[in-house]
Amino acid sequence: MIHNRRLATANIGVAIAAFGIATFMALMQSLSRASLDLPWRSAKMYYLSVTGHGVLMALVFTTFFIMALGVAFTTSALNRPLKWPRAGWVAFWIAVVGTVMTTWAILWGKATVLYTFYPPLQAHWAFYVGVTLLVVGSWVWGAVVIATYLGWKKDNPGKPMPLAVYGILTTIIVWYLATVAVASEMLFLLIPWSLGLKETVDPLLARMLFWFFGHPLVYFWLLPAYVVWYTVLPREAGGKLFSDPLARMVFALFIILSTPVGFHHQFMDPGIAAGWKMAHTIATFAILFPSFVTAFTVTASLEVAGRMRGATGWFDWIWKLPWNNPLVASVLLSMIMFAVGGFGGAINAAFGMNAVVHNTAWIQGHFHLTVGTAVALTFMGTAYWLVPKLVGRDLELSLLAKWQPYLWFVGMLLFSISNHITGLMGMPRRVFEAGYGGSEIAAQWSGLTLVSALGGILLFVSASFFLLSMLGTVLAGRKAEQPPLEFAEPLEGQPTKLLVFDRVWAWVVVAVILVAIAYAYPLADHLAMETFGSPGFKPF
Amino acid sequence: MHVDLYERIWMWGAGGIVILFLGTIGVATVSQGRLPPSHVETIDPQSVFADERFAERGVTIHPDGSAEVIMIAMMFNFLPNEIRVPANVPVTFRLTSPDVVHGFQIVGTNGNTMVVPGYVSQFTITFDTPGEYLITCNEYCGLGHHNMSATLIVEEGA
Ligand code: HEM
Ligand SMILES: [Cu+2]
Ligand SMILES: [Cu+2]
Repeated sequence: MIHNRRLATANIGVAIAAFGIATFMALMQSLSRASLDLPWRSAKMYYLSVTGHGVLMALVFTTFFIMALGVAFTTSALNRPLKWPRAGWVAFWIAVVGTVMTTWAILWGKATVLYTFYPPLQAHWAFYVGVTLLVVGSWVWGAVVIATYLGWKKDNPGKPMPLAVYGILTTIIVWYLATVAVASEMLFLLIPWSLGLKETVDPLLARMLFWFFGHPLVYFWLLPAYVVWYTVLPREAGGKLFSDPLARMVFALFIILSTPVGFHHQFMDPGIAAGWKMAHTIATFAILFPSFVTAFTVTASLEVAGRMRGATGWFDWIWKLPWNNPLVASVLLSMIMFAVGGFGGAINAAFGMNAVVHNTAWIQGHFHLTVGTAVALTFMGTAYWLVPKLVGRDLELSLLAKWQPYLWFVGMLLFSISNHITGLMGMPRRVFEAGYGGSEIAAQWSGLTLVSALGGILLFVSASFFLLSMLGTVLAGRKAEQPPLEFAEPLEGQPTKLLVFDRVWAWVVVAVILVAIAYAYPLADHLAMETFGSPGFKPF
Repeated sequence: MHVDLYERIWMWGAGGIVILFLGTIGVATVSQGRLPPSHVETIDPQSVFADERFAERGVTIHPDGSAEVIMIAMMFNFLPNEIRVPANVPVTFRLTSPDVVHGFQIVGTNGNTMVVPGYVSQFTITFDTPGEYLITCNEYCGLGHHNMSATLIVEEGA
């Protein structure tokens, strides 16, 4: 049974609202990049919008959605309410206040610094304080979930925790490790600097702290999606989880490998020695491994589902899956796109090839497959299944919900493929338009930017279907008893013995040691060097 | 812990792929020196124009035939905005920024680096195809970002 439903509903509501606003911005952006002349189009609007879209999608939509999942999954899997429900609400409100501050600063044109906020671009202090509050809110949420788990553990000594809870705990641990860095960047560098208490900041130190946070941030998004793939999808598809212990191994590997990888975002940066970039590359490739295992386990679980639905041949289990179930369809399509995105990621992570794709449109093609689809489409699919349970109403406009994942898939194919190709052709990302004063080289990109715009339109329509169905469900859905929130059974039955992977705190210790090796030394090295700070600039 | 035979095979395969990828990168790094631009050198961004390293900008051809390019990336232009270098010789680019972070990419080549104020970016590249190349700023630097570009002309044997 789901406890604390109102809290989960409030969180998911903010997430979906943020997604909705960001979707409008996205439509405008993809048209603008194709140099389509819209009435209100201007560079100022474009960069403001990209900042809003990036922050609302990557930071606000994801964080609130994950907080909602954390509450709903933990309380249902442990079958007990949150230990500190009031603190859960405090977390929510802190995060809301932070989001409002940040959004205000962006929409009022005082923070057009993009979601990466690299100094010396300087935003209004409300932007930085707002993001910090969003993070602080999520910290409180994490503590509430952990306290609830510890309460359960005390009552159930020696019993392995449910896999869904393991996954949520992993998410929280990765998030705590990650956010130490962004909180330091905010508190010691950007907030005092934007308030005028500090004249200058070291832009490279800020970048190092940002990417210390930035890569585990992607696992903070991805891990809850994996939780859905492992613990919800097999059951919804009519099958069982193929291997519970390996899923635990995967989560344990993410605890230790998520953080010591951030320099792979800074391959092209000056001021960081190549040896450190190489060290982070090794961990980056190592972290492919748990995703490979996930691909097998989840696919095998789907095969089990297909066979339980009567498939007998080699491949007919694929067609036996319920492709018209919005959750199942969303997740299956997410997984296909994630496979492609993962290979693209391996290319980005390769030293030499990174020089070809770094900061080109390829990158936006890449991350709209990963976070923009594997995570976001999984979350949309999850919402179709979860929101009715939270509000006790039937899913409304379910025909739209059935088509929406497919429309997203097609739109994203057009958007992503065209951006990958223009990226290889050298088109930069984050540009209002890409004409370059009539340059012949730039002219070669223009056909594909139109394809990307078409993809953007389909994505927008798809997102609207999702929003309509959600709005319809909450406002007009038929009130009806909903099936309880239940998780997939492992093929071999529920685990009864604790495995080495269940010793979460030991894995945390290993993670902290790896992070210290990967970051303490280069950061200390950097701080020991004589560096020059930069004053702030507001060219927007 | 029981692991299905096929999954076991898959895991060995996945481990093998990871090692293969890393091996390829390792070989390219060691045998061809394919390192990303990782030069460590600092500079005061508030006095870039007065600094002797960047006071004079442009292309210098060294006695051994190799070339050196000194450039400043700033809102929203590159100084100088058009450069000519010979084909088939190593060309070393040295860049810095007096204001915000910029990018520097020679479209259609491996020439790509971030330009971070307070630091000097440096990398060496050889162009084997003469012609005109577009240089873009590939990091958002303000409202003029999409106009920030330059031209590189690679000339047949000097
Ligand atoms: C409605 C479908 C979507 C469309 C049409 C779309 C389109 C775009 C476009 C055109 C850009 C600007 C690219 C640039 O100038 O570099 C962009 C940036 C971005 N998008 Fe989306 N997007 C969509 C959904 C999403 C989702 C679901 C997410 C993540 C949850 C997401 C995350 C981002 C991020 C993080 C950026 C980067 C902003 C930056 O470079 O600072 N987008 N998107
Ligand atoms: Cu990364
Ligand atoms: Cu720029």
